[in-house]
Amino acid sequence: MSEGGKKKWEAQCLKPHLAKAAARRKRFSTISDLEIPALVCEEDLGPYSYDQKLNYPGQYPFTRGVYPSMYRGRLWTMRQFSGFGTAKDTNKRYHYLLAQGTTGLSVAFHLPTIYGRDSDHPLSRGEVGVCGVAVDTLKDMETIFKGIPLDKVTTSMTINGPAAVLLAMYIAVAEKQGVSKKQIGGTIQNDILKEYIAQKSWIFPPEPSLRLIVDTFEYCSNEVPRWNPISISGYHIREAGSTAIQELAFTLRDGMEYVKAGIERGLEVDKFAPRLSFFFNAHNDFFEEIAKYRAARRIWAKVMKERFGAKNPESMRLRFHTQTAGCSLTAAQPYINVARVTVQALAAVMGGTQSLHTNSLDETYALPTEEAATIALRTQQIIAEESGVANTIDPLGGSYFVEWLTDKLEAEAWKYIETIDKMGGMIEAIKYGYPQREIADAAYRYQKQLDREEKITVGVNKYVSGESAEIPLLRIDPNVEREQVRSLNRLRKERDNRVVKKCLSRLESAASGKDNLVPYVLEAVKVYASVGEICDTLRAVFGEYEEVAGF
Amino acid sequence: MGSEKIRILVAKPGLDGHDRGAKVVARALRDAGFEVIYTGLHQTPEMIVESAVQEDVDIIGISILSGAHMTVFPEVLKLLKKKKAGHIKVFGGGIIPRDDVKKLKAMGVLEIFLSGTNTDSIVEFGKKKIAGK
Repeated sequence: MSEGGKKKWEAQCLKPHLAKAAARRKRFSTISDLEIPALVCEEDLGPYSYDQKLNYPGQYPFTRGVYPSMYRGRLWTMRQFSGFGTAKDTNKRYHYLLAQGTTGLSVAFHLPTIYGRDSDHPLSRGEVGVCGVAVDTLKDMETIFKGIPLDKVTTSMTINGPAAVLLAMYIAVAEKQGVSKKQIGGTIQNDILKEYIAQKSWIFPPEPSLRLIVDTFEYCSNEVPRWNPISISGYHIREAGSTAIQELAFTLRDGMEYVKAGIERGLEVDKFAPRLSFFFNAHNDFFEEIAKYRAARRIWAKVMKERFGAKNPESMRLRFHTQTAGCSLTAAQPYINVARVTVQALAAVMGGTQSLHTNSLDETYALPTEEAATIALRTQQIIAEESGVANTIDPLGGSYFVEWLTDKLEAEAWKYIETIDKMGGMIEAIKYGYPQREIADAAYRYQKQLDREEKITVGVNKYVSGESAEIPLLRIDPNVEREQVRSLNRLRKERDNRVVKKCLSRLESAASGKDNLVPYVLEAVKVYASVGEICDTLRAVFGEYEEVAGF
Repeated sequence: MGSEKIRILVAKPGLDGHDRGAKVVARALRDAGFEVIYTGLHQTPEMIVESAVQEDVDIIGISILSGAHMTVFPEVLKLLKKKKAGHIKVFGGGIIPRDDVKKLKAMGVLEIFLSGTNTDSIVEFGKKKIAGK
């Protein structure tokens, strides 16, 4: 290697070339506005230790992948997020998806369930079954999973405030199938910190929410060993407008807050940490995303070992699900969204995701049609079977650019992590409005870049082509709300209301004390207490969170 | 535009918690010189109309991504009429199929801005549509 080789090339070769033909832009940056150099060489990486920075797949710090064989052993799970209308509608779509090759289920609940309310609540008007499946009681969950063997299929549930309730319902459905809770596998999102920061589907204030979350850590580590009781998420933070670095930093810092909460409860870190899982976005900038995933694994491994004293390598291993970026899709020229999703999905795979959801082309208009959902799934299958990228592990490892970018994202993320440490932790930072403001600023900055055409969205501020073709859309039957409410009222008449009242009363007492609440919730769901009734019981004890509105 | 600043209420109805668009639009309008009040999340149509009347706004901007738009917009328009506040105009944005955009405009919603809209055009709309006040 020649001394100062790159500088020589820049002076003697690049500069004269640019004098004749200028570069396309003055500055090249990622979608997160991180400046990118023209060329990265070995010399730019500085002193580099393979063992310390990368090591081997399945070995600390897991930069190259969490498992020794990665996709050669087992492909990522193709886990398509889905749910709409009634439980029956959703059950039908799940059977279809499984027949088409999805290898795991993922439940999208409607907004009332997400907020811990029943379909007949005044605030549920117009919202029943419209952006997810309506679940009021265990009966709905039984219908959703009818004919689906829960000892063979794993399920992720996107639910936060009422996560413990839906977990309990899933356990109850499995038991009715003769499948014990020791056998079932899946995930509940259950990440309240990112709700306050970005997704905004909270119920209770931070302290009781964290109590409930740690209850699920404890319960699952003892009773449901194959379950991931949390999916610490960056997806929503990114969708709200953050940069890749903010997504990385805020997600991991949230994770650290949860580990701290578990330890403070008295749980042994190596007992619950192996089942903490993560969830990231796969946005447009191909290499930034890949570097982000690799940096995430490296940072988490270090944090678990050095900050939390974990001894079990499984506690240091960051496993994650990815979803392609919803916010990158366009209403204009919707068919081109397929190309976007393909690039994003490829980044997730080359970054070593354990599980992947690919968005459908029509999601800027409505929930996916069957055809659009199939194309999204086929996109993953083409990557898996035709592209060849799953034939080897961490194929971009050793790329000068990718290693430089991985290091860069790690260093920048640490700055945010340390800032939040200095604020007293993530809960304090949220109270102060810090992550929320960072995200709103980043979102505004990006919009202004789009307005000025410094950043391009094809079909929107460049290559605009007039009125887009009409595409078929999924319509939710307006009778869904009426039927769901009728069905709920009928169930309320048929169940043993004395027993329901007793269970809710026991739950209320337990909530005021220090018991693990999951068994009480499980008891209540089994007698067909509703999501709303259980959450109202907890609301009475915990109160409700209120956000201070700002922009 | 006269010395009186145009007042805009940006509202997030129902259970939908996606506020990125609403906040970006609110900020763009404020930066362009409008007086902007943001309701925050989880507003009912009644709360929105109440705020609009109390704050004496010229126009309400409703952001909705949950699919409940065909319930919310008509309700707000109905309540504005009921409260004799029909002079307050309504526009909006979010995840709304084109067929519904047509229906909403036929009901009296001035404009719907879907994802990808340049904020300059929203500012232009604000200036043009209220100038005729």
